[in-house]
Amino acid sequence: MAVKRRPLARKILLHLGLLPFLLFAVFPFYHMTLTSLKTDRELYDRHAVPLLIRQGATLDHYQKLLWDTAFLTWIKNSLLVTAIATTVSVVIGTIAAYALARLQFFGVDPFGTGIFVTYLVPTSLLFLPLAQVVHWLGLADSKWALVVTYPTFLVPFCTWLLMGYFRTVPKEVEECAMVDGATRIQALIHIVLPMAIPGIVCAVLFAFTFSWNEFIYALTFTSSSDQITASVGITSELIRGDIYFWGGLMAGAVLASIPIVILYVFFLDYYVSGLTAGAIK
Amino acid sequence: MAVGSVRVDPAAPRPGLRLRELLDHERFLGPAFVTPALLLIVLLVAYPFVMAIYFAMSNAFIGRPSHFVGLRNFVALWESDSFRQTFQNAFVFTGAAVAVKLVLGITLALLLNQQLWFKRMIRGAVLLPWVIPTALSTLGWWWMFNSLYSVVNWTGLALGLMDPPGPNWLGQKYYAMTAVVAVNVWRGLPFFAICILAGLVSIPRELYEAAEADGAGPAARFWHITLPLLKPVLAIVILFSTIFTFSDFNIVYVLTNGGPINSTHLFATLTRQVGLESGQIGQGAAISLYLFPVLVFVVWAQLKFVRRQVY
Repeated sequence: MAVKRRPLARKILLHLGLLPFLLFAVFPFYHMTLTSLKTDRELYDRHAVPLLIRQGATLDHYQKLLWDTAFLTWIKNSLLVTAIATTVSVVIGTIAAYALARLQFFGVDPFGTGIFVTYLVPTSLLFLPLAQVVHWLGLADSKWALVVTYPTFLVPFCTWLLMGYFRTVPKEVEECAMVDGATRIQALIHIVLPMAIPGIVCAVLFAFTFSWNEFIYALTFTSSSDQITASVGITSELIRGDIYFWGGLMAGAVLASIPIVILYVFFLDYYVSGLTAGAIK
Repeated sequence: MAVGSVRVDPAAPRPGLRLRELLDHERFLGPAFVTPALLLIVLLVAYPFVMAIYFAMSNAFIGRPSHFVGLRNFVALWESDSFRQTFQNAFVFTGAAVAVKLVLGITLALLLNQQLWFKRMIRGAVLLPWVIPTALSTLGWWWMFNSLYSVVNWTGLALGLMDPPGPNWLGQKYYAMTAVVAVNVWRGLPFFAICILAGLVSIPRELYEAAEADGAGPAARFWHITLPLLKPVLAIVILFSTIFTFSDFNIVYVLTNGGPINSTHLFATLTRQVGLESGQIGQGAAISLYLFPVLVFVVWAQLKFVRRQVY
C-alpha cells in the first residue's frame, strides 16, 4: 500500500504540515512575552530584530505594573467576580440539568429548549438594556453587577453541558438506590452526582474561563479603577492618550492570562472534551 | 412512578417529614430545581430583551425621559452611512472569517487525526488561542500590527514578501478588515479543529478500509466518506460560529474600535458607540436588535435539522 511504503518520511511531512498552524497559534503569546521582557531602548529601536531579545532582558515593566498601577486590585476583582459567579452558576446549572435530564414534570421540554436558546444569545445583544437593569438594582459601576449578570450566560452553558453528563448515568443505578430506601435527594447526592463529577469539573473550568475572559459586560457596567476587572483595567487604564507603554501593556496581558494558563495546563483533557460536548452533545 | 410503590419505608406520615416526601415527587422536585435558572433567565435575559425592543422604538437618551417613536430609529439607521457600512461589514466579516475557519479547521483536524509525536502538546498549543482572554490576546495582535514596529511587516520584509514599508494594517480600510478577520480566525480556529476532530474520530475505520480495498484513493475517500459523514458536525460548528462571529465585540473594539472611518465596525461595536458613548440608547438598541434575526435563524436551524433527536 502506498501509505505504508515510507512511514517515517510521511510522518515527518505530516509534522511539517502542522508547523505553520502551530506557529500561527503560539507566536502571538511568544511575541507578547518577549515584548514584556525587553528594555524600552530595544523595544523602540527600529533596527533591532523584533523576534529576539538581544540587549538584555528586564523585569522593569512588571515592576512598574505591580507597584505603580492598580493592577493587583483588578486581579483581585477578577478573582472575586469569577469565583462567586462560577460557584453560583454551577450550583444552579447542576440542579436544573438534573431536573431536565431525569425528571418528568409540566413544562420540561419547553424549558429545555429555552435553556438552549438562551445559551445561544450573544452578550452583545443585551448589554445596553442590562446596563439599565444594573442601574436600577443600584449596582452601577460596581463589580457586584458582574456577579449578578455573569450567571445569565454561565447557567445556560452549565445546564446544557451537564444535561449531557446526567444522561450518561444509567437510570437503573439511581432506581436501585431508591428501591433500597434512599430518597431521590439522597440518590442524587450519593449516587448521581459522584458519577457526574467529570462533567461538574468541566462546568467549573469553563464557567471560570468564561467569566475570567468576559469583556463587554465588564467594560459596560464598571469603570472606576477599584471596581474593574483585569481585562478592562489593562485595555483602558494602561492606555492613556496617544503614547502607549507597550512593555507594560504586554506585561499586563501576560500576567492576567496566567490563571487561565495554569488551569489549562492541568486540565487540558477536560477543556478538549468540554469544548466538543458544549457544541455537539 | 413504579419505584415509589415498592419503597421499603412506609413510615406513618410525620409533620417533619412532609418536605422530604414532597421532594421525592418529580412533579414537585422538577419545578423546584429549575426555578432558580428560570428566574434568572426571565429577569436578566427575557426582560432586558423586551426592554431592548422598547428602547429601539423610543427616543431614549441617557438621563432624559423617553417617548414612543415607532420605527423611526430603524428608518434613521438606514439613512446613516455608518450603519449601512456596518451592515455590510458584518456580512463580509462573518462570511470571510467562517469560511477561512472552516477550510483551515478541516485541514488542521485531518492533520491532528494522524499518528503524531507529542500529540498532547500539539493539541495543547492548538487550543491555546481559544482559552486566553480575547481582549488581552487581541492587545498582542494590536502590537503586532503597530504601524511603526509591526513584527508582521518586519517578517514579511525579511522574507521578501512585502515592499517597504509594508501595509499600514490598522490605518487602511481593506487591510484593517483583513486584520480583524485574521485575529477572529486565529481565535476561532481551535473550536473548529477540535470539534471536527471529534467528528473524524467517530467515523468507523472499516469504511476507509473497505474503500481502500475497492481502490479508492485519499481524495476519493475524503469526498465520499469523510465529508458526508462530517456533515452534521460541520453544520453545528458553522451555526455556532456564525452567531458568535456575527456578534463579535472584543476583537474589533480592541484592534480598531471600528475604524478607519467605520470600515471595521460590527453591530456590537456600533451599538456601544451610539448607545453608550453618544448616549442615544434608542438608536443603539435598534442597532443591537439586528443581531436578533441571525440568532433566530441559527436557533431555528439547530432545532429543526441538528437536534431533532433530542426534542
